[in-house]
Amino acid sequence: MRQFKDNLLNGLLWLSAFLSVAVLVMIVGFIFYKGFGLISFDFIFGDYSPTGGGGILPMIVTTIYTIAISLIIATPIGILAAVYLQEYAKQGRLVKVIRFATESLTGIPSIIYGLFGAVFFVTTLKLGMSIIAASLTLTIIVLPVIIRTTEEALKTVPAAYREGSLALGNTKLQTLYKVILPSAMPGILSGIILSIGRIVGESAAIFLTAGTVAAMPESIFSSARTLTVHSYLVTQEAGDIELAAAIGIVLIVLILAINLSATFISKKLNKATNK
Amino acid sequence: MSIPTTNHTEKIGNANKRKYLLEKVSSKVFLICALLSVFTLLLIIGFVFYKGAHPFVAGGYSFVDFLLGTDWVPSEDKFGILPMIIASIYATIGALIIGVPIGLFTAIFLAEIASKRAAKIISPAIQLLAGIPSVLYGVFGLAIIVPFLQNTLGLVKGQSLIAVILVLAIMMLPTIVTVAETAIRAVPKTYREGSLALGVSQIGTIFRVVVPAAKSGILTAIVLGLGRAIGETMAVILVAGNSLIVPTSLTDSIRPLTTNIALEMGYAAGTHQEMLFATGIVLFSFILILNFVLARISAKGGN
Amino acid sequence: MSIIKIVKFGLLTLSVLAVLSACTTDDKNNSQASSSNGDTIAISGSTSVGPLAEKLAHKYGEQENTNIEINQIGSSAGITNAISGVSEIGMSSRDLKEEEKAQLNEVVIAYDGIVVATHPTNKVKDLTLEQVKQIFTGEVTNWKEFGGDDMEIVVVSREDGSGSRDAFQEIVDYSSGDLIKNAIIASGNGNIKTTVANNKHAVGFISFEYIDDSISTIDINGVEATADNVLEQKYKLSRPFLFVHKDGQLSQAGQKFIDFILSEDGQAIAKEAGAIPIK
Repeated sequence: MRQFKDNLLNGLLWLSAFLSVAVLVMIVGFIFYKGFGLISFDFIFGDYSPTGGGGILPMIVTTIYTIAISLIIATPIGILAAVYLQEYAKQGRLVKVIRFATESLTGIPSIIYGLFGAVFFVTTLKLGMSIIAASLTLTIIVLPVIIRTTEEALKTVPAAYREGSLALGNTKLQTLYKVILPSAMPGILSGIILSIGRIVGESAAIFLTAGTVAAMPESIFSSARTLTVHSYLVTQEAGDIELAAAIGIVLIVLILAINLSATFISKKLNKATNK
Repeated sequence: MSIPTTNHTEKIGNANKRKYLLEKVSSKVFLICALLSVFTLLLIIGFVFYKGAHPFVAGGYSFVDFLLGTDWVPSEDKFGILPMIIASIYATIGALIIGVPIGLFTAIFLAEIASKRAAKIISPAIQLLAGIPSVLYGVFGLAIIVPFLQNTLGLVKGQSLIAVILVLAIMMLPTIVTVAETAIRAVPKTYREGSLALGVSQIGTIFRVVVPAAKSGILTAIVLGLGRAIGETMAVILVAGNSLIVPTSLTDSIRPLTTNIALEMGYAAGTHQEMLFATGIVLFSFILILNFVLARISAKGGN
Repeated sequence: MSIIKIVKFGLLTLSVLAVLSACTTDDKNNSQASSSNGDTIAISGSTSVGPLAEKLAHKYGEQENTNIEINQIGSSAGITNAISGVSEIGMSSRDLKEEEKAQLNEVVIAYDGIVVATHPTNKVKDLTLEQVKQIFTGEVTNWKEFGGDDMEIVVVSREDGSGSRDAFQEIVDYSSGDLIKNAIIASGNGNIKTTVANNKHAVGFISFEYIDDSISTIDINGVEATADNVLEQKYKLSRPFLFVHKDGQLSQAGQKFIDFILSEDGQAIAKEAGAIPIK
């Protein structure tokens, strides 16, 4: 009887693993199979044309804009916030409140961020549907990610480093700048990479704050669409699955490249700090 | 750590004063940065609740009618979101029923049974899939699952509750597998060895010793997956059908809360827009309740 | 020395933020200035007018150095934006309501027909307006009632707030509350088309511009859905494509773009796009 139960469970384990892998392979396979025919130099680097056949350069540019702006704002704030929580704050009520807020921000669905962005940045601050409104909304979305990963990274810095530096007469700030932050760098970097992934994959919040203009953005105050939103819209409006899949390929390659470079950089940095 | 300020030459004294000031200022700057997340959270809650509560406080609409009403016709001033609440609950539970067991079993398989080499290839691949934009899961659902339901299973329309459940279940797989696998791998070797030494089979060890030991990590995995399912919007729009009925079967097309907001926010104005914020409040409350329940469970698990 | 470094670090962080915010305000002024100079025309509204407007803007952009921003967000939103000043021009695919007319000027840029579309295999090819109403209000739920196969009807409608939906409902004569509850709601013409093209049970309504071989078109009261029949007023399901703007709010560039649309060249593009020219 027990033998039978073991075998059954074992079989279920194999079956589940097979199902998971099969489904996921199917999705990636489907995207590449459907979209590969459209991939060409002109498709990626050509300007969009409403009459069909155009490229996705404007969406790539828009995506890069949103990544750059959100990170420029979120990274310093996130790192400094984490430094405060780990290195400065006395563990008390204030820290609890801040932690609770950060965790709650992580759990909020992106459509709620979209609602907030649409009313606060777009309407109240009069930024209009624009890249900047979307980027500010994304800043709030990735801020908790950066804070959390940086905190984790700071935790792993050995106490001996701090003590050594302070013993040598460095101030707290000097210790932070010269010793702690550099050795926490790989962790911080992985937080930034995670954030890029989140920004690239985001759709609902951007949809409501950046609008859907399919053209090369004139400035960060233009309404525009990112790659992910574009892939949604061509599916929804035009029913063009092949085009959506082709954009999907670009997105997947992008994410793969980001992940690989992250692994590479953190390996390099680890080596450098371990020397 | 305080810095000695009893230096003799004036120059050094000044430098130290400056140092001291800098320390003070910078710690304040750090504090402000940390408080920013509290501030934004309050701002978001404030805005969403202010906007969403307005029709009920100032407009004479009944919140009970809003929650329990079955008609949503903005152009005729009818705002009832019961169909969407039920749709959201059904879709989330359905996705959990399918996604959690498969995800957990896959995680167990990768951590305990699969050969090292296989796990080394599969795990990172699944991790990567967690990063794929959710819209692409929706595209897959629309192009493969919806026609499959129509043509192979003979459904009248493929955009349905079951399509949403399948897409959400697939979408939460990578999250559940990745997090749960890490938790299971973190269980100390000695647990397994002890159990095996007592003559318990490998499968028995996994389910009676390893899984219970990794309970809190597994719970986190489920919650993260759940959060992803309940908050997902754009992938769901593509396969839900967005009908305004209270779903009574798996084949009905549905409109979850998130979808309602994304579909109509683009053109809503006035009371209609505020009602979408009210929809957001309901969604928000769901997430808060979820987090609360989870905190309770994990607190109990910790003891 | 280290103090200098720290100061640098602190200043750098702060200055990045400061420069950033300074930049943003600068840019903002610039963009506002440029829009009042007439370099940017912000247009938003109907997803039926949108594709035509994009094509017109594309052609126009080849001869004029004007940046035209088109957001396809639905007629009602476009009209609201034109009234509130968020957009210079709103696009509408339905007639303006009385209170909207009081605040806006309208220009008919083309006419359009709405076609009732079904799956190509559907045997029903001809319906009366009354029968269309029975389908969309759920009074009739099986195709066999109208001579088709014995299968359920799946109704596909646009979202509340869509100009096509308003125009369609007004002509067919039912209200939003009457729409059959389990209708699939699709948020664009293209979405309705693909839903209908992929489901043999389905019926929906789309703008003439979107007609192609993937769907079958239904004659209304025995009249085929063609541009000529709309112009001769035999085909009932038609509506104007409107550009609306607030009195005195239209920039020179906006006026020039509208003039271009109404010119022979512009109307030729409209015809090519599947819309019906005004003359």
